[in-house]
Amino acid sequence: MTYAIEATGLVKRYGDVTALNGVDLAVPAGSVLGVLGPNGAGKTTAVRILATLLRPDAGTARIGGYDLRRQAHEIRLIIGLAGQYASVDEDLSGLHNLTMVGRLLGLPRAEARRRADDLLAEMDLADAGGRSVKTYSGGMRRRLDLAASLVNRPAVLFLDEPTSGLDPAKRNDMWASIRALANQGSTVLLTTQYLEEADHLADDIVVIDAGRVVAQGSPGDLKRRAGTQTLDIRLVDPSRTAEAAALVAAVVGVEPARHRTAGHLSVPVTGGALMPAVIRRIDDAGVEVAELALRLPSLDDVFLALTGHTARTLEGTTT
Amino acid sequence: MNVTATQGLRQCLELSWRCIVKIRRNPLVLADVLIGPAVFLVLFVYVFGGAIQGSAQDYLDYMVPGVLGLTTLLATMGVGVSLNTDLEKGVFDRLRSLPIWRAAPLIGAIGGDMVRQVVAIAALLGFGTLLGFRVRTDAWSVLAACGLAIAFALAFSWVWVLLALVMKDPQSVQGLGALLIFPLSFASNIFVDPATMPGWLQGFVAINPVRHLMDAIRGLMLDGPVARPLLWTVLWMAGVVLVFVPLALAAYRRRA
Repeated sequence: MTYAIEATGLVKRYGDVTALNGVDLAVPAGSVLGVLGPNGAGKTTAVRILATLLRPDAGTARIGGYDLRRQAHEIRLIIGLAGQYASVDEDLSGLHNLTMVGRLLGLPRAEARRRADDLLAEMDLADAGGRSVKTYSGGMRRRLDLAASLVNRPAVLFLDEPTSGLDPAKRNDMWASIRALANQGSTVLLTTQYLEEADHLADDIVVIDAGRVVAQGSPGDLKRRAGTQTLDIRLVDPSRTAEAAALVAAVVGVEPARHRTAGHLSVPVTGGALMPAVIRRIDDAGVEVAELALRLPSLDDVFLALTGHTARTLEGTTT
Repeated sequence: MNVTATQGLRQCLELSWRCIVKIRRNPLVLADVLIGPAVFLVLFVYVFGGAIQGSAQDYLDYMVPGVLGLTTLLATMGVGVSLNTDLEKGVFDRLRSLPIWRAAPLIGAIGGDMVRQVVAIAALLGFGTLLGFRVRTDAWSVLAACGLAIAFALAFSWVWVLLALVMKDPQSVQGLGALLIFPLSFASNIFVDPATMPGWLQGFVAINPVRHLMDAIRGLMLDGPVARPLLWTVLWMAGVVLVFVPLALAAYRRRA
């Protein structure tokens, strides 16, 4: 199998903080890899390294067969990068942002213009093309940023949290655009904090936490391990938590996670039939339940299921 | 080197052009270089002129070349601010992810700032003439003086590039830059003859590159000696470039 992205042992330190602590990645050409992790897990650092913006302290990588350290220029010819923060010039129009990228890539003026017009149309921005990017909505900026990363028709596309901060409708539009790109044969590496997003778009998922790969597999694999839903149970009497946990484990077959707030348990479940069974067992034992809820698993639940601990979120940092 | 010289040059021009497009979209960004020279002239000539030189008219002749040097120096601030804004907003990341000459974003920012230089000079000479300033040489000498001021500003821009790359936000770039420009401009002969300054300060003025630039510009516009100050100015420009270009490029690589 040929890999479009192949990384071994990537390490990046910022002073005492280790942002990446030996990350290996292998993305087959034409596939979509979802890099899933909480804030501060090292997702952005990994993308910046692979997109030649940051030098790793250790480790090697090949993008499209080119060596990251020695052939950065060749890599830049074949990659596209759309960042978490829309990296377009907000004082220029959308059209000029795109023609400028085309010109910098060496396209003749007319061709750069044509490519920009095509991309604006493709991203549903044709009407806004002449306007200053300052006037764009968050979703429009993201689409323009994505368009700017596509001018060179990249074989490998890096998308760093392409939908963070977008409302659900805009997010679905973005998903459609990304899927269309993948269908055209681009290799895509996208980072996300949402299991649902990775599930939707990725062929394979790598879960990273605190700079390390903690799990990887197909979305199906990971979901099986995390359950398709999470059952939340709050007890009236927190002193009976251990007893209730044992009862739940006996029914579901998985030890439930205990939250910091006493008397609160969560357990991954697959299939609706388990919920009544759990209720019956707890009820039979005379343990009173204050609240019972079935919900989609959050990233925390996935982490709990995959790693046995909750995600170590570094608030406010995106490394 | 993966980019040919022609490609690299074209990329620099494209990135400079970006700055010009921004000015066309929002001409207000020229306000400082357009109005600044007029404000400086009026304030200095009519507030201090009588006290410093005895007559405002004599001081006007002294100050028009002085403000020429000052405004081109101040206009270089645009390089630092626009570069740092690009860094902060992520535009720089986009540029650096493209297969272009590594230095193109830096040189593009300096090139784009040239427009501000030219506007500043035109505004200054126009307003100065309006107030009654007359050149004592010829048009070629004036052109040479303007060219020298711009060349000096180009060299000095690399200081701003370095500041932009090492500072966190545009405000701190501006703050630190102002701290640098004030002593360079005030402790020189831009505003007054340094003869009344204490000895230690005269020592600084003697080596201050701005002082040599001023001597050369005044020589060219008011028919004074040119060769010696010109030589010193060029030497200083070469020195600034030799020191700050490598420093800026090193900071650029470290950020990468």
